[in-house]
Amino acid sequence: MRTAFIQALTDIAVNDRRVMLLTADLGYKLFDDLSAKCPGRFLNMGVSEANMVSVAAGLALSGKRPFTYSIVPFATIRCLEQIRNDVCSMEAPVIVVGVGGGFAYGVNGPTHHGIDDIGAMRAMPGMTVVCPCDPREAAAATRALAGLGRPAYLRLGRAGEAVLPGTAGDFVLGEPTVLRRGETVALLACGPVAREALRAADLLQDRGIDPLVLSVHTVKPLGSLVDRVLDSSVDHVFVVEEHGPCGGLFEALAAQLARLRRHPRVVDITAPDRFLHAAGAQEFLWRAVGLDAESIARTVQRTLEERS
Amino acid sequence: MSAAGHAPHVASALSCVDILVALYFEVARLDPGCPEAPDRDRILFSKGHASAALYACLAERGFFPLSHLAEYAQDGSMLGEHPTRLALPGIEMTSGSLGHGLGLGIGLGLAAKMDATGARIFVVLSDGECNEGSLWEAALWAPAHALDNVVAVIDFNKLQATGRSTEITSLAPLAEKWRTFGWEAVEVDGHNIAELVRALEAPMQGRPRAVVAHTVKGKGVSFMENDLEWHYRPPSADDLARAFAELGGAET
Repeated sequence: MRTAFIQALTDIAVNDRRVMLLTADLGYKLFDDLSAKCPGRFLNMGVSEANMVSVAAGLALSGKRPFTYSIVPFATIRCLEQIRNDVCSMEAPVIVVGVGGGFAYGVNGPTHHGIDDIGAMRAMPGMTVVCPCDPREAAAATRALAGLGRPAYLRLGRAGEAVLPGTAGDFVLGEPTVLRRGETVALLACGPVAREALRAADLLQDRGIDPLVLSVHTVKPLGSLVDRVLDSSVDHVFVVEEHGPCGGLFEALAAQLARLRRHPRVVDITAPDRFLHAAGAQEFLWRAVGLDAESIARTVQRTLEERS
Repeated sequence: MSAAGHAPHVASALSCVDILVALYFEVARLDPGCPEAPDRDRILFSKGHASAALYACLAERGFFPLSHLAEYAQDGSMLGEHPTRLALPGIEMTSGSLGHGLGLGIGLGLAAKMDATGARIFVVLSDGECNEGSLWEAALWAPAHALDNVVAVIDFNKLQATGRSTEITSLAPLAEKWRTFGWEAVEVDGHNIAELVRALEAPMQGRPRAVVAHTVKGKGVSFMENDLEWHYRPPSADDLARAFAELGGAET
């Protein structure tokens, strides 16, 4: 995803002289191509995230389209007030890019885990929040956000994620991508953990359950998601997200559905509301918190059994 | 304004109003008829709590009618206790939280260089604001990028919200701190307009400049000068009458 983002951004920047990339001293050699093709529009801001965001806001208020780049917690929460006041409050079209959503930097420990960033970014008034599920969505989201003209947060995974089936079509902000068709049960996945949701769907199919799987790449605004859920006539919706239970897709969707007189049951399959003190690779931590395919399938099955 | 709006920070406004007068009426290239002109000089008022001084200068300079000043800090007013960029023409940044203006100014300065607009960026900072780490992140980064179109003006009145700066977070030697960070730094009397203008207008030397303006909090009103109380206390009708008697001006 990281590579897809940078390639897409480089292509955009070559054609749009307003586009810039600011990094807080991360991405060793990643931006060499962009830097060579777009001299002066790649800036290493040093390990100074707050200043990076304020400078980006100043550039954006002068007509530039800056992207800021760091690891998820440093790109978002480290400089939250700069994002709040300098970007969102002044409506400066800065795109905040966080690499390593969820447990992508698993072995690096809790300082590097992104389990509260979506909540923080969703809380920012006027912010668009986008979490692509694979390299194709990451590239498409980069193109969509470069043209947005408003503040946004792009939450990436790491490098090397597989391309998922279903993401080859048109990408429209607020329009979830159908990764797998199905009925009665929907798995709404946010970010690269969609891969586990798809594998869980295969496991469930063997057990007589045929889930619909969507990549909900746009967490704010939810766009057509609620209509899609209601139109699909599913009676159980499972939100699968690599984020804590506070402020993510689950809460966003549940809040919307709660306003309706009738709606499907919504169940959260998220990371817990605590920091993980044990280190481990992303897949290890997915298993540890119940976000791997087998755990997702088990949660779905158990929940459906509760009904009867 | 502060009395009618029952607003605090009148001493902070008196501390920096001469700096703003120098900028708005002598130094900055601005056209109130075209407040978003791309090549305009920018005055970023980072110490937003002293907004009464900013609003008065913007109105006197013609960005909006003087009659708006009576609405300061009133319900429904666009002149809040802290300035908001999208509320009124001429306000270049939303301020109220300290430590944001210098980074923003550096972004504006970079863009002005990239687009060769010739715009200069003046950032008005408080000394209390120099406690904020984000300000020093910005101060560290700018000199390596030869931003000789960015000028930081520090309103150095040596009093912050609840105490003397020497007793809280000592800033001295303040000009020397900026120099060691790679800035050109000059010290001036922040209530001497001619001295301020000279420091603000002097040709730049390939790096950003810090103007350390030595000021008196509450300047011009004897019972407000150097008195911590007036950071927060809104002036009463009596206070106002005494202040105007001293200043020899008419109440507005």
